[in-house]
Amino acid sequence: MSYSYIEHISDIGIHAEGETLAAAFESGVEAVLGVMFVLDTVDESVKVAIQAGAREIDLLFVEVINEVLSMQGRDGLALKRLETRGLEETDKGFIFTGIAHGEKLNLDKHEVRTEVKGATYSGLRYYKGEGGRHCLECILDV
Amino acid sequence: MQIKTKKISDYLWELEKTGDMLVPGRIYADEETFGQLLKDVDAKKGGGFTPALMQVANVACLPGIQKASLAMADIHPGYGFAIGGVAAFDIDTGVISVAGVGFDINCGVRVLTTPLDKKAIEPKKEQLANQLFRDVPSGVGSTGDIKLGEREIDELLVIGSRFVIDRGYGLPEDLEYTEENGCMEGADPKSVSHRAKERQYKQVGTLGSGNHYLEVQWVEEIYDDEAAAVYGLRRGQIVIAIHCGSRALGHQIGTDYLKTLEEASRKYGIPIRDRELVCAPVKSPEGRRYLSAVYAGMNSAFANRQAISHLARGSFARVMGIKPADVKLLYDVAHNTCKIETHEIDGVKKQLLIHRKGATRAFGPGREEVPARYRGVGQPLLVGGTMGTASYILRGTQKGMADCFGSAVHGAGRAMSRVQSSRQWSGSVLIKELGEQGIVIKSGSKSGVAEEAPGAYKDVDRVVEIMHRAGVNQKVARLRPLVCIKG
Repeated sequence: MSYSYIEHISDIGIHAEGETLAAAFESGVEAVLGVMFVLDTVDESVKVAIQAGAREIDLLFVEVINEVLSMQGRDGLALKRLETRGLEETDKGFIFTGIAHGEKLNLDKHEVRTEVKGATYSGLRYYKGEGGRHCLECILDV
Repeated sequence: MQIKTKKISDYLWELEKTGDMLVPGRIYADEETFGQLLKDVDAKKGGGFTPALMQVANVACLPGIQKASLAMADIHPGYGFAIGGVAAFDIDTGVISVAGVGFDINCGVRVLTTPLDKKAIEPKKEQLANQLFRDVPSGVGSTGDIKLGEREIDELLVIGSRFVIDRGYGLPEDLEYTEENGCMEGADPKSVSHRAKERQYKQVGTLGSGNHYLEVQWVEEIYDDEAAAVYGLRRGQIVIAIHCGSRALGHQIGTDYLKTLEEASRKYGIPIRDRELVCAPVKSPEGRRYLSAVYAGMNSAFANRQAISHLARGSFARVMGIKPADVKLLYDVAHNTCKIETHEIDGVKKQLLIHRKGATRAFGPGREEVPARYRGVGQPLLVGGTMGTASYILRGTQKGMADCFGSAVHGAGRAMSRVQSSRQWSGSVLIKELGEQGIVIKSGSKSGVAEEAPGAYKDVDRVVEIMHRAGVNQKVARLRPLVCIKG
C-alpha cells in the first residue's frame, strides 16, 4: 500500500497512490483506517460489501471512504483494508464495488487512535503522478 | 481573488469587499494573530489548502449573505468555512451549506456546577477519575447503556434532551439551562437516513474521541462578580465540563448531505468559489431537508450531553457522597450549527439563517431565549481550552448582538496539525507530565492524547482576551482542569 499523511492544522489529510486506480482507492481507505486503528492489531474475519457511485473519480473517492466508515460504524467493526471488485465508468458516472475486511471491534484487542467523522471535499483531488501513477488526496474530518 | 485588509480597531480587522464578495469579511484578532493569518495566505499562494482568511472571503461571496462574513478569534482553516466562522443568510435569497455546520453537528459544551471545593476533590481525584472513566463511555467505537431502535431514535430526533430526561437521565430543570431548551423545533426524522439512525442505536451517552472530553475543573479566577453570582460560580468551586456532539448520527447526516448539496449546487447554478462550499437555497427542497436534518442532529447531541451529565452526576454521587441533584446544569451551548434566529439589521428585525462553524451563540442581556435567571447579565458562553491549560466562562453582550449576530469563540483553536503534534509529543509522557502538575488524564488512546497536546493549541487566554477587549464577549471566570477523560 502506498499512502502518506498530509499536514493540516485542524484535521488530517491523506495522499494515496497506486499503479491502478483501484490500488489508489485501496491505499486511500487503508490510510483512513490507519488514522482510527493500529492496523497490525486488527485481523480479518469479517467481510463487508462496499458499493458507491459518483459523477467524478475524486467524488467517488470521498463516497467510498464514507461508505466504509459508515458500514464500520453501523456494524461495530474495526476494518483493516479494502479490496476492489469492480471500478467502472458508466453513462451516469463511476461505480465502485468492493469488499472491506476486518473484524468486530474489540477494545481489549484493538489499539484505537482517533475517530474519523468523514472524508470531505477539502483538498480533494485526483491526478496522475510520476510514471502515470494514480494519486488521490483529501482531508478527513476528525 | 486578491484580499485587501483594513484595521477597524486593535481587535477587529476587515477584508474589504473586493471581487465577487457581496459583503466584507470581519475577523476578531490582535495585530500579531492577524499578521499570522496574512502570512498563511502568502504561504499558500503557490497552491495547497485554502487559508482561513481566503475561506472568510469565499463565504462572503455566497448568495444572500448579510452584513459580513465573520470569524471569531479562534479562527483557523476548516473545510469550506473557517473554524470560528459565522455567516448569516437571508431566508429568501440565501443558502445553507454543510461546510458551515461541520460533520459533528451540535458539537458543544456544557458545564455543571457542584457544591464542592477543590480541596475536597484533591484526596479523591484519582478515584473520581477512575469512576468517571468507567461510567462515561469514551473513545472510538464506544457504546452506551441506552440502546434504541428506529422508533425511539425518531422520537429522540424530534424532542431532543427531554427524551433521555423522561427516561431518568437528568432533571427536568436541565432543559431550561440548555440552548433552545434542548430541542430544535422543526426536526423531521424523515430527513435523516436510515443509516444515520442505525449508527446511533448504541451511541447515546458516549463521548466519542478526538478533541472531545469530560473534565473536572476548578474555578481559578472570577472577573465579573455580578455575572458569576448569577451563574452560581465562586472561586475554588468544582465544576464539570462536557465537550462532545452528535456522534455517528451527525457524521452520517454530514456525509449524506454533502452529496445532496453537491448536486443541488449544480442544479441551482449557485456560484461557489470552492467546491467545499456546496450549498442549496435555504428555501429549496434540498435546503429545507438539510436544515431539518441539522435540527434532528442538534437534538441528538443535546440528548447525548444530557445523558453524559447524568452519568457524571452518578460518578460524583458514588465517590464524593453528594446528591445527583446537587450537581446543577449551568448551561449547554452548541458550536457547530445553523439555525433561524431573529436579529436586527439596519434597525429592522429580520429572520436570518445563522451558520456557526466552531463558534458559539452568545446572546446578550434581555434576549428572551436566555434563561430568565441569566437574562439580566446575558447568556453564559462556555469556552473549552486544553487538558493542560484553562477553559473560560464568558457572557454575551449587546455589542456582540449588534456586531456579530450574538456569537462567540468556541475554544482555543488548533495551532499545530495532529500529525505534527503526534511527532512532537508522546501520549504516555504527556500524561505523566500533566500528572505532575496535578491533572489526572484517563484515555483509551495514548496517540489521541498526543494529538490533543496542550501545546498543539493556540493560547486560550489570548483568544479570550481578544473577544473581551473587542467587547463582544465578556470574561466571567477562568477554569483549570483537575481530571480529564479523553476519548
